Amino acid sequence: MPTVRVTVTLKPSLLDSAGRTVAGALQKLSYDEVDEVRIGKTIELQLSSVDDARINEMCKRLLSNPVIENYSYEVIG
Amino acid sequence: MKFAVIRFPGSNCDQDAFHSLRDDVGIDAEYVWHEEKSLQGFDGVFVPGGFSYGDYLRCGAMAARSPIMDEVRKFAHDGGPVIGACNGFQVLCEMGILPGALLLNAGERFLCKDVYLRAENRSSIWTRNVDKVLRLPIAHGEGRYVADEETIRRLNGEGLVAFRYVDELGERSDRANVNGSTDAIAGVINAAGNVIGMMPHPERATRAILGSTDGLAILAGLANVGVR
Repeated sequence: MPTVRVTVTLKPSLLDSAGRTVAGALQKLSYDEVDEVRIGKTIELQLSSVDDARINEMCKRLLSNPVIENYSYEVIG
Repeated sequence: MKFAVIRFPGSNCDQDAFHSLRDDVGIDAEYVWHEEKSLQGFDGVFVPGGFSYGDYLRCGAMAARSPIMDEVRKFAHDGGPVIGACNGFQVLCEMGILPGALLLNAGERFLCKDVYLRAENRSSIWTRNVDKVLRLPIAHGEGRYVADEETIRRLNGEGLVAFRYVDELGERSDRANVNGSTDAIAGVINAAGNVIGMMPHPERATRAILGSTDGLAILAGLANVGVR
């Protein structure tokens, strides 16, 4: 059964306040090279069939909010 | 006049909305479960706060796609009064009935406190009676209002910003903008003026014992809206 991994990220223009906190924590752990952290989410779908139009539809209608997020996906198995 | 108070799994301000409307404002109210498919007999809709569907995926995302919300969309389109407070605002934005979205507070913390609000629009059914700076409670982790630049320009230009976070004197400041919202926007209204979404809770401020009665300025305006 094919697996599709959807990655949803906050649009680059928007402040990711959770990411900023994580960046601060990494810097406190002496990872000075960390400049910025942005947090997204991955959603794995087990599908009975892969249809790009339908996957895009799922991403736009529910899995991401186009007002604030971008998405991409890949068939991983 | 009778209001539908929509209930989702995880709503927790539904009773506040119900009692505020019925007992304090004097508008009849009834709970409507999210799986219902009709708003027959209702003259207004209150989408309450809470953590609908546990805030899974995004705040309000799942609630926005539940059966009753198709009816709420039609109801709003036909000019019926609709208010979404807190999670209800997030739901209305997720549905696209109102523009923009609500993100994690700029300070990352969940905020539970009173804020001051200035009405920027004084012509809608929701804001026409607001003649002073309001003090209302907020209780949210994700209340930072964002939208693309063009939308923000349109909201400001067309008077669709319902409320901004201000200080006690009604002045804007970084400190008063508690969650870091774009242009300190605390609530927005649709172009027709019948739909409002806001992060603060007017329904939690309609009785002296609750600490403020300023919510009445928003909700009591409805009592004059004729039965449709």
